[in-house]
Amino acid sequence: MTKTRSPIRSNVGLKAVMAVTGILLVLFLIAHMLGNLKVFTGETSFDHYAHWLRDIGKPLLPGVWFLWILRTVLVVAVVAHIWAATVLALRARAARPVKYAHRKKVRGSYAARTMRWGGVIILLFVIYHLLDLTTGTLNPVGDPGNPYGNVVADFAPERWYVTLFYTLAIVTLGFHLRHGAFSAFRSLGQQTPRGERRARTAALIFAVALCAGYLVVPFAVLTGLVS
Amino acid sequence: MNLTLRIWRQKGPEDKGRMVTYPVDDVSPDMSFLEMLDVLNERLILDGEDPVAFDHDCREGICGMCGLMINGDAHGPQRGTTACQLHMRQFKDGDTIDIEPWRASAFPVIKDLVVNRGAFDKIIAAGGYVTAPTGSAPEAHSTPVAKANADAAFESAACIGCGACVAACPNGSGMLFTAAKLTQLSLLPQGQPERYTRVIGMVDAHDEAGFGGCTNAGECTVVCPKGIPLNTIGRLNRDYLTATTKGAGNTPGS
Repeated sequence: MTKTRSPIRSNVGLKAVMAVTGILLVLFLIAHMLGNLKVFTGETSFDHYAHWLRDIGKPLLPGVWFLWILRTVLVVAVVAHIWAATVLALRARAARPVKYAHRKKVRGSYAARTMRWGGVIILLFVIYHLLDLTTGTLNPVGDPGNPYGNVVADFAPERWYVTLFYTLAIVTLGFHLRHGAFSAFRSLGQQTPRGERRARTAALIFAVALCAGYLVVPFAVLTGLVS
Repeated sequence: MNLTLRIWRQKGPEDKGRMVTYPVDDVSPDMSFLEMLDVLNERLILDGEDPVAFDHDCREGICGMCGLMINGDAHGPQRGTTACQLHMRQFKDGDTIDIEPWRASAFPVIKDLVVNRGAFDKIIAAGGYVTAPTGSAPEAHSTPVAKANADAAFESAACIGCGACVAACPNGSGMLFTAAKLTQLSLLPQGQPERYTRVIGMVDAHDEAGFGGCTNAGECTVVCPKGIPLNTIGRLNRDYLTATTKGAGNTPGS
């Protein structure tokens, strides 16, 4: 038998791609969440932090190079993650052409069952989120020089539907990470029952902590804690 | 007990197939599930109808031949039990029971509830063996094996190849089977020489057969009559990633 395909295209390889890209995105999510929490340190500090993000790497890298390198890495990770997920989803569909007449729900967990559609929801949210707070297109203020003002205007009480959508997206993300974080360890070779229990617990705690970290900002604005 | 069965009837591989309803009366709770089907088949034969084809052999839960999707559960509602060891006391009088074959493109239906599980043989042929010297059994102490490894290998070796993991998997993946057949060898000294060519060969054969990929949903391990744990797949993943990054060669069994 001769090798006719790259190991990356195997079912195991694709999952490794999803795990590695997922971990990269999770690292970004952690940094992003910690950055968000700067909003509690006041307007000057938050804006200063936001402007500093554009200057990382100076004077080693000119201008906003670091930012664009980071963005490139993230886009590559997102595309690879979705590519692998799509190939696997298509294979899964092809693997069972005739459906069961009587089918129970997946017992594993709600999170495991909703990975694919949850991922789609998260992608739609990310697109909206970029148009909202990166380009400012959909933001009521949309002033790149005033990120604090953008955030406060975004989650104002009269724009409750924005907060609602944000909350739904973050909760979806939480479920995605609850299964995804454990699954990443497994895909990369986590192999003992004790390690599995630890990985599952760690994934749950991490997902809840990340959700809380992200949700505290809009609710602080909503309740007037940040204004 | 009086039951209503809805059974998948399909005359042959080309037939479209459909669910057909059969009432079965006077079922003893002490019958096994397959004995209950035997009762139905005897009646169908007496009535001049085609009996329901289903796979079975030892009826002791060790051969791996039987396999029915019972009310959406591979091997039925009782955990750690094959369909042949499932007893009718698990059901109530008046129940309607849906019986379907394993559903996977790699397991085409031959007739009624019988599927062709030849894809599993291809996975085994691609590396599920050791090239060991034959002859009389060696002295057990001559090759020490760590207790933990011996236990884990034994756990994997309990796989009877029934295909319930594939049937239950939302992705139609055969990873639990492949992982069990792989780790029963890769954890033992005898399996080391071919360890990394084996994993590549078996995963390739798995994918070529048209099975889906594992998403760690964990359905397989729930229905597995031998309780093969999910972390077995982690061992496969680790071996596969090591083998492919090391460039350990790609000729299984060499």
